[in-house]
Amino acid sequence: MSALVEGAAAPLVNASRFRAAHEAEWDRLDQLVTRIEKRSVRALSEDDILALPLLYRSALSSLSVARETSLDRALVTYLEQLCTRAYFQLYGVPDTALRQLGGFLARDWPSAVRSLWRETLACLILTIAGAVAGWWLVATDPSWYYSIIPDAMASGRDPAASVETLRATIYGKQEGGALATFAAYLFTHNSQVAIFAFALGFAFTVPTVLLLVYNGLTLGAMLCLFAQKGLGLNFLGWLTIHGSTEMFAIILAGAAGMKIGTAVAFPGREARTEAAVLAGRKAAVAMAGVVLMLMVAGLLEGIGRQTVQADAMRYGIGLAALAGWLAYYYLPRRREGQDALAA
Amino acid sequence: MRWRRKARGPRAPKSLRRSFVTPEGVDLRLELASAGTRASAFILDMLILLISLILATVAIGLLGIAKARGELFMVLWLIGGFVLRNGWFILFEMGGRGATPGKRLLGLRVVARDGGRLTGGAVIARNALREIEVFLPLSFLAMQAAQDMADGFLTIFALAWTGIFLFFPLFNRDRLRVGDLLAGTWVVNNVRAKLGADLVAARAEQPRRIFTDAALDLYGIYELQTLENVLRAGQEEAIVTVAATIRRKAGLPDDGDDYAFLSDYYAALCARLERGMLVGRRREDKYTATARR
Repeated sequence: MSALVEGAAAPLVNASRFRAAHEAEWDRLDQLVTRIEKRSVRALSEDDILALPLLYRSALSSLSVARETSLDRALVTYLEQLCTRAYFQLYGVPDTALRQLGGFLARDWPSAVRSLWRETLACLILTIAGAVAGWWLVATDPSWYYSIIPDAMASGRDPAASVETLRATIYGKQEGGALATFAAYLFTHNSQVAIFAFALGFAFTVPTVLLLVYNGLTLGAMLCLFAQKGLGLNFLGWLTIHGSTEMFAIILAGAAGMKIGTAVAFPGREARTEAAVLAGRKAAVAMAGVVLMLMVAGLLEGIGRQTVQADAMRYGIGLAALAGWLAYYYLPRRREGQDALAA
Repeated sequence: MRWRRKARGPRAPKSLRRSFVTPEGVDLRLELASAGTRASAFILDMLILLISLILATVAIGLLGIAKARGELFMVLWLIGGFVLRNGWFILFEMGGRGATPGKRLLGLRVVARDGGRLTGGAVIARNALREIEVFLPLSFLAMQAAQDMADGFLTIFALAWTGIFLFFPLFNRDRLRVGDLLAGTWVVNNVRAKLGADLVAARAEQPRRIFTDAALDLYGIYELQTLENVLRAGQEEAIVTVAATIRRKAGLPDDGDDYAFLSDYYAALCARLERGMLVGRRREDKYTATARR
């Protein structure tokens, strides 16, 4: 029996009543959230900002009620999406860029690097071991030099070169005066390699370790070559002016990679994923610092080294930079947490 | 999330819905983005990136030649390329929207798995790992093409190894990239939906059909919501088929207006099932026995 009945009372379903009572609130919340998503929180008036959490809570409670009493699926889906969007605008929003930058420079960067001290030490030892091996190999048999250092990198600096040629590479002026370009190239190239080394750490640190040892090998081989021609100290000065910063940055990048690799391989007391997250976030902050360090190194190498020709000055600048970094990272300072505990 | 699922016990149904309880105690049931959507978002981003890089290169090239101040533009190009490659994802995701333009277009958003703030460290971690996920396989392929290497075995090994990272999202049920895993983030659907019209209220003014209890006892909640989908989609064919089925089962004559018939049936069934729910009788689907008997 399904005859048409004029004027019979419409069946009342919960959704209709519920919509009638609350739809205006949901609409307002939707508008506010949309405005924040499109522009920013600053687009809201004071009244709107005060209303936002209330509207959010009332939408949440609407969602709970709708789930229990209403069979209108469109309504439940709509409320779920609205509440999710509002949640992330209320709870999930990062700080403003300026505050993030301030916190990064004042706290996060040095503390992230400090937390990597064990890995940093390991990477330093690996680099030194590589350098010693490189030195020893080239000292015993100069032909090793060709295997360690590719032709493109050597660019004429090999055992067959004369002392004069080698001296020219240390004190020569860059041709064409494209110092800034050179600096920019060094910065971008080195940073890309550092980020790569960091990411490779995820593969249980093996590739990162290889990269570090190889880096040490080239260093040792070059040092040995110049030392054999009696230019060891000069070469070291040429290297120190930017190398103290650059090598430190590379070692830190390796340490950051090592941190995530070991956290995944040996999570310790944490669950594996939690250990990975803790290590990953910390190490990534250190990586942001590494990129900044490499920018400084690029400037020192591209511009500083070409304009400063005196060995003493080169040593001075390089060692001062190193001392600066060490002080910034490792000097003890008041911790945020201590204040919070005291309060 | 555990890496290894328990071998025994019933398998959870394959769904991208994840329970997520807000501090207010309500489960938002987040919907994770599917692997396909995320791949599309990434491709979109890369296209935008490449196009802007090409345009910038052409512009800088022209300016550099015209003004003969090559060095400045060269520096700009180098730094700009670096910032584009590394900063595009990081800077956009660190902003309030938590999404790159590609993700925004597809209605995605990066959020912390624990529901907290998305920190800069997390965003950097998830994007720095892209180096081994995407650029490592790409560079292997490029090297392969450039050198025409003889060592096939090494190539296969390299591709398999890099493939592990590239296809990592397909091997875990939360669709986490390696970067997501390390950063403690995941990518959720975050679309803006309109509230669908009230199907019952829409027909309140018109004459209605009255159904017997026997006709309304045919179906449960699952069928009701399927009917809701049919009505909202408004596809002629589906409406005709569904109306015919219901009429046949309930033994009702055909009165010619399928859409109105279904709307009335929906309203009556909805009211009846909701009344049942109020007194604690929830009928999930047509196979569940009616509480009345």
